[in-house]
Amino acid sequence: MRIRFEKRLAPSRFMQVATPIASVLLTMLLGAAIFELIGFDGPHAIYETFITPIVAPYKWQDVLTKAAPLIIIALGLSLGNQAKIWNIGAEGQYIIGALAGAGVAFALPNAEGFWAIPLMIGAGILGGMAWAAIPAFLKTRYSVSEVLSTLMLVYVALQVLNYLIGGPWKDPNGHNFPQTPPFTPAESLPNVLPGTVIPPGFVVAIVLTLVFWLLTTRSVYGFSVRTVGAAPNAARYGGFDASRTVWSTLMISGGMAGLAGILEAMSQLGQINLGFPSGYGFTAIIVSFLGRLHPIGVFLAGLILAVTYVGGQVAQTVVHVPNATAGIFQATMLFFILASDILVRYRVRVIRDAPRAKAAAAGASA
Amino acid sequence: MNLAFIIDALVTVVGVTTPILLAATGELVVEKSGVINLGVEGMMLIGAITGFAITFNYGPDLGDWAPWVGVVCAALAAAISSQLFGFLVLTLGSNQVATGLALTIFGIGLSSLIGAGYVGMTVPEFATPFPDWLAGDPVWRVLFGYSPLVYFALIAVLVVGWFLNRTRAGLVLRAVGENDISAHSIGYSVLAIRYAAIAFGGAMAGVAGAYFSMVITPMWAEQMTAGRGWIALALVVFSGWRAGRLLVGAYFFGILMTLELYAKASGFSFLPSQFWAAMPYIMAVVVLAVISARGVAGSEAPACLGRPFMPSN
Amino acid sequence: MSLVTRRNFIKTTAAGLALPALGSRAFAAEPLKVGFVYLGAIGDWGWTWSHEKGRKELVDALKGQVVANYVENVKEDASAIPVMKDLAQQGNKLIFTTSYGYMDQTIEVAKQFPDAKWEHCTGYKRADNVGTYNSRFYQGRAVTGTIAGMMSKTNTIGFVGSFKIPEVVMGVNAFTLAAQAVNPKITTKLVMIDTWFDPAKEAAAAETLANIGCDVIAQHVDSPAVLQVCEKRKIYGFGYGADMSRFAPKAHLTASLDLWGPYYISRAKAVLDGTWKPDDTWWGMKEGILGMAPYSKAVPDNVRAAADKIIAGTKDGSYEVFTGPIADQTGKERVPAGERMKDADMLVMDWYAKGVQS
Repeated sequence: MRIRFEKRLAPSRFMQVATPIASVLLTMLLGAAIFELIGFDGPHAIYETFITPIVAPYKWQDVLTKAAPLIIIALGLSLGNQAKIWNIGAEGQYIIGALAGAGVAFALPNAEGFWAIPLMIGAGILGGMAWAAIPAFLKTRYSVSEVLSTLMLVYVALQVLNYLIGGPWKDPNGHNFPQTPPFTPAESLPNVLPGTVIPPGFVVAIVLTLVFWLLTTRSVYGFSVRTVGAAPNAARYGGFDASRTVWSTLMISGGMAGLAGILEAMSQLGQINLGFPSGYGFTAIIVSFLGRLHPIGVFLAGLILAVTYVGGQVAQTVVHVPNATAGIFQATMLFFILASDILVRYRVRVIRDAPRAKAAAAGASA
Repeated sequence: MNLAFIIDALVTVVGVTTPILLAATGELVVEKSGVINLGVEGMMLIGAITGFAITFNYGPDLGDWAPWVGVVCAALAAAISSQLFGFLVLTLGSNQVATGLALTIFGIGLSSLIGAGYVGMTVPEFATPFPDWLAGDPVWRVLFGYSPLVYFALIAVLVVGWFLNRTRAGLVLRAVGENDISAHSIGYSVLAIRYAAIAFGGAMAGVAGAYFSMVITPMWAEQMTAGRGWIALALVVFSGWRAGRLLVGAYFFGILMTLELYAKASGFSFLPSQFWAAMPYIMAVVVLAVISARGVAGSEAPACLGRPFMPSN
Repeated sequence: MSLVTRRNFIKTTAAGLALPALGSRAFAAEPLKVGFVYLGAIGDWGWTWSHEKGRKELVDALKGQVVANYVENVKEDASAIPVMKDLAQQGNKLIFTTSYGYMDQTIEVAKQFPDAKWEHCTGYKRADNVGTYNSRFYQGRAVTGTIAGMMSKTNTIGFVGSFKIPEVVMGVNAFTLAAQAVNPKITTKLVMIDTWFDPAKEAAAAETLANIGCDVIAQHVDSPAVLQVCEKRKIYGFGYGADMSRFAPKAHLTASLDLWGPYYISRAKAVLDGTWKPDDTWWGMKEGILGMAPYSKAVPDNVRAAADKIIAGTKDGSYEVFTGPIADQTGKERVPAGERMKDADMLVMDWYAKGVQS
């Protein structure tokens, strides 16, 4: 008896949707079991981590706040991932975008009027795009792997952040701590839309999800991106320029990361300090894969991951599990989804040797 | 500047360089076989906590052998974790970038979870095996004063270089990384070779992690590798995937990092310290551009790097 | 069916009318819930461990009146906000956020929970329900500086810090000034590692300082790595925030101790009495929130005597390390002769004293 993987004629739609759901459920089961083994109240911990943030209204704001940047960044990343262009430097683009937006804010002191905000957001997008332009240039001109170049630039971006907030952009009223001056009210967004629990970033996430959905499924551009990823030769034949795809996808994902960065700075923190890099750029990669690179899937995956973050903290306060467990859950979900990827493209066949063939083989060897 | 000063500085440089060298040597072999494993940081932390925990728990029973057992266990634990990555990436064909990242996140979380009970504890340093008169000597300590892991790192990178360039097995491994389809058609088991390479990479990362928790600062603290895994990845790139250059590059990075501290301690800060901290990464990107542009033979990324093995049958 | 029947309506109204007669004692029946937000792990034998010790003292001293919970390993970024909200939502009415990096988050969450009282450690932003508290860590530096000045044979002492923030700068300067007071030839070599947490880098920094001649090293970083290097290099060092002699039995001469218990007890009492006000508290040795660990065997008697004198002087107010004349690295006079530096100036200190090589 053997297990064989047979390539499917077309990727299984059922599996594409079922596997992420199964991954989350399996993670919950596995997590509960492991916690029980180590001596915690397993089911309770899982409940607090996965269920409480969904059913407890007072947690919704936290979930949406956390989900917004994850979704925004992951939408951009998914586009590139479909073209097999791996931008893992979104964290760096997030930081540079936020810094660019902040720079605009500081360049116009005492800004009044509503145009400060669009300017800052625009600068944030451009900043992220500029930071992604470097790897795009290196890839198209010098065939440098974007995996490596985007990653290296994350750590350069971190140092740029440290330099600026500790030096030229340090808050003169900040008691010498490494942080920027706070944004003025004209330069800030409210952290929730008045009267709701919805942060402005989440509204942007919803809009962008629809935009990307249209782009991916209804536009020639979306088609070209997927073709470049799935069948590069066919793409070339069809006139889709791989080089232009590299530029466009990296620019878009960089711009999205930068947008997420400046939105976060303007609506949640009000300034930029050492705690600003929150790892969203890396977590968004998980979101992108968990969402199967599809905008709607990414939207849902972003919510799920936000739930685990928020739930992980609740579990820590209530069940006293260490807060490292949130990371373990996220990694486990990602492992499951990546492992189950094969089920989308391949059918599992269990081959039983036919009795006649077995006897013939036995006879032949006798 | 006298001999003592130079010796002191060298000893510090060696201490800073060794963990990066260990991890990068392992990852070099992995990437030469055509796989990119971004889980180095996670595997290092798994090694760090395992080595510490074993040495701490069995120290009284094992006596002098405790740290050796600890390091071996660290290597094993990290190698096992690497096989999880290997299974996903090789047998199930999953995306290497995402899987490697998942391994890093997993390793960070798992090591924090296991390590929770060890915060604030300490073990004896895994110190030099040489006798005191040699290791303590003001001059000779520059050669004999180090933990066994330092010597292991130097030997390992030289052995890996010899293995890759002068043995048949190494040639096969490189072939698998350059053209897996051809290697497969000649009859080599691409997957088996890659599994082995990944295991080696994991073991080396585990030893690198153990260096943090058992040599530099004999204690456990969450995320105590503080990003050295990413520097190791940068180093592999910076070295152009050549073992000799890896050794030189590692010490170059180590000198840069030590120089930053010396400059601060002596009051020179002509460039912001963040510039120095960013240097290894900037230089890795520059080197990457240069070697890709010039197409120096034998010095590029292995052609199959990151691509799953998909034989036509 | 409504829950408010005539019977229980009369009951509750009567009870409600009686309440003011009982005074605040009526509310004391329900213990005060106090929350703590910790940066690190409670077992870190350092910063967080000291706060946890204080929390335990609070619970012991006000047994029955107070219930205290904590959340550890809370990162100093936006993720601290949900944690603080959780604590408030769970009914904690007095919440201590024990690290500088929680400042903006505390202000933010405090707005949403106006009837909870918030106390932020080492920060400077306050609100109607947010107070700040700090400890005069530099007083401990004066003691260790005195010891360092007397015990250094190379006249070079070292300091490993993280960022150039006023608290660290105060520490460097106090350490140096106190050492210079007993040994005018002292210079301090300073290395800021520009990160909050990287034990390997802390160790390398300590090694570098030892290499260039420091034989006593102080620190303001979060792990005992520096002390471990001191032990290895057979030079001396000091613990910071807690007794760290377990990591370096021979090298560890003494340590400044963060004793938060008295402060937490006083603040909880204030909430129970209804006298809590948002304050800017900066206590020190005199009020009992800063202490010194026992001296190790390596500290000779004359050094102990000198250090004890500093401690006594600090407690009774006769000694203040930031007493002029104090000049900065450029030679400019920052504090005139005979004058004591004002608190406000200390809190924004961004210059190093003469003799500090940074």
